[in-house]
Amino acid sequence: MEKDRREFLKIGGISVLGLSALPVFQALAQQQGPRYKPDPNALQGAQWAMVVDMEKCWEEQEKRQCKDCILACHKTHNVPDIPDPKREIKWIWLEEYKHAFPDQAHEYAPQKVKESPFMLLCNHCTNPPCVRVCPTKATFKRAQDGIVMMDFHRCIGCRYCMAGCPYGARSFNWGDPRPYLKTEEINMTYPTRRKGVVEKCTFCYERIDEGLQPACVEACKAKALIFGDVTDPNSEVRKILSDHYSLRRKVELGTGPNVYYLI
Amino acid sequence: MYDAKKIVPGILIFVVLFTFPLWSNLGKAAPAPKPELPTTEKVCVMDTAYMKTEHMVLLNQWRDLVVRDANRLWVGPDGREHFMSLQNSCMKCHSSKVKFCDQCHTYAGVTPYCWQCHIEPKENM
Ligand code: SF4
Ligand code: SF4
Repeated sequence: MEKDRREFLKIGGISVLGLSALPVFQALAQQQGPRYKPDPNALQGAQWAMVVDMEKCWEEQEKRQCKDCILACHKTHNVPDIPDPKREIKWIWLEEYKHAFPDQAHEYAPQKVKESPFMLLCNHCTNPPCVRVCPTKATFKRAQDGIVMMDFHRCIGCRYCMAGCPYGARSFNWGDPRPYLKTEEINMTYPTRRKGVVEKCTFCYERIDEGLQPACVEACKAKALIFGDVTDPNSEVRKILSDHYSLRRKVELGTGPNVYYLI
Repeated sequence: MYDAKKIVPGILIFVVLFTFPLWSNLGKAAPAPKPELPTTEKVCVMDTAYMKTEHMVLLNQWRDLVVRDANRLWVGPDGREHFMSLQNSCMKCHSSKVKFCDQCHTYAGVTPYCWQCHIEPKENM
């Protein structure tokens, strides 16, 4: 009896050791077989950020009711145009000053600021509450560049993230979004979403990973949207931020938003 | 044996009923699926045998590699690089979902939910 148990433990121990060597074997197998790698053109940054120059944006809005960035983003990502405000899907949208900056808005602010709409999108927070509450890690912060990503495959539609996000940056698909997309306008290179999934701006990870700027930045003719690495002191965003006073939304919540507004 | 008169025919009826799907389909097997292979390319991202049985495993792996780990390129066993994307790579060669994917999926009675989000080539829309 005694001897049997010892034998059993020995065999068990050896098996466990063998199992722990599995990753090594797999890594070795990777060497000969197929491998994968990032696109060498991918943009590199430690924390992507965006500066929204509202003066330039307003100028363009006045000139021709410009919505180029919204149209570009929503077309690129097959974001449906649902008229019902309770079901609408938005990745980048316009919002009044008092709703965008409820903590700073006061009645004596310049008329222009009070009356002009601000361009809002996901802030790709440094400390994102949406990521903390997601039970499936469908939404996660990319370690390499700080993008707050959505893995739509993994979303179970619990909407905790929507409750967690203090900026209203997330939308829920209450139904199949496809009927709201015009067939001829669908971007065939990007998926749609399905019923029961949350979506939001992803800072165009799919473009960044191929070396392109976000679609909205590329579309803005007024150069009111500037994208870059906020940890790099030589980046354009940093230069702008050190030359101008900027605002961020609801900083007191400690989320560390990475979208900066110039007014 | 008690009630053999009832039990034996009972068993017989049961056996006949139970095997009904087997003998009713005898001799008229559904035609084997004939997925149409692309003419533009000779080799896939992995060899044919692997792709036949494991393409769904590979697609899952690709998904994680791309979405979660920001990889974009797949280096096949022959050293060729491929862009990892269902819509932008697989469906470029296999340009007809009906003539390729659906062939076996319909035969095997599986409905992968990839297509609830990923857009299939124009033909089906
Ligand atoms: S709705 Fe989806 S992304 Fe949001 S917390 Fe739930 S599983 Fe995560
Ligand atoms: S703005 Fe909202 S959705 Fe975006 S990272 Fe911050 S908490 Fe998450």
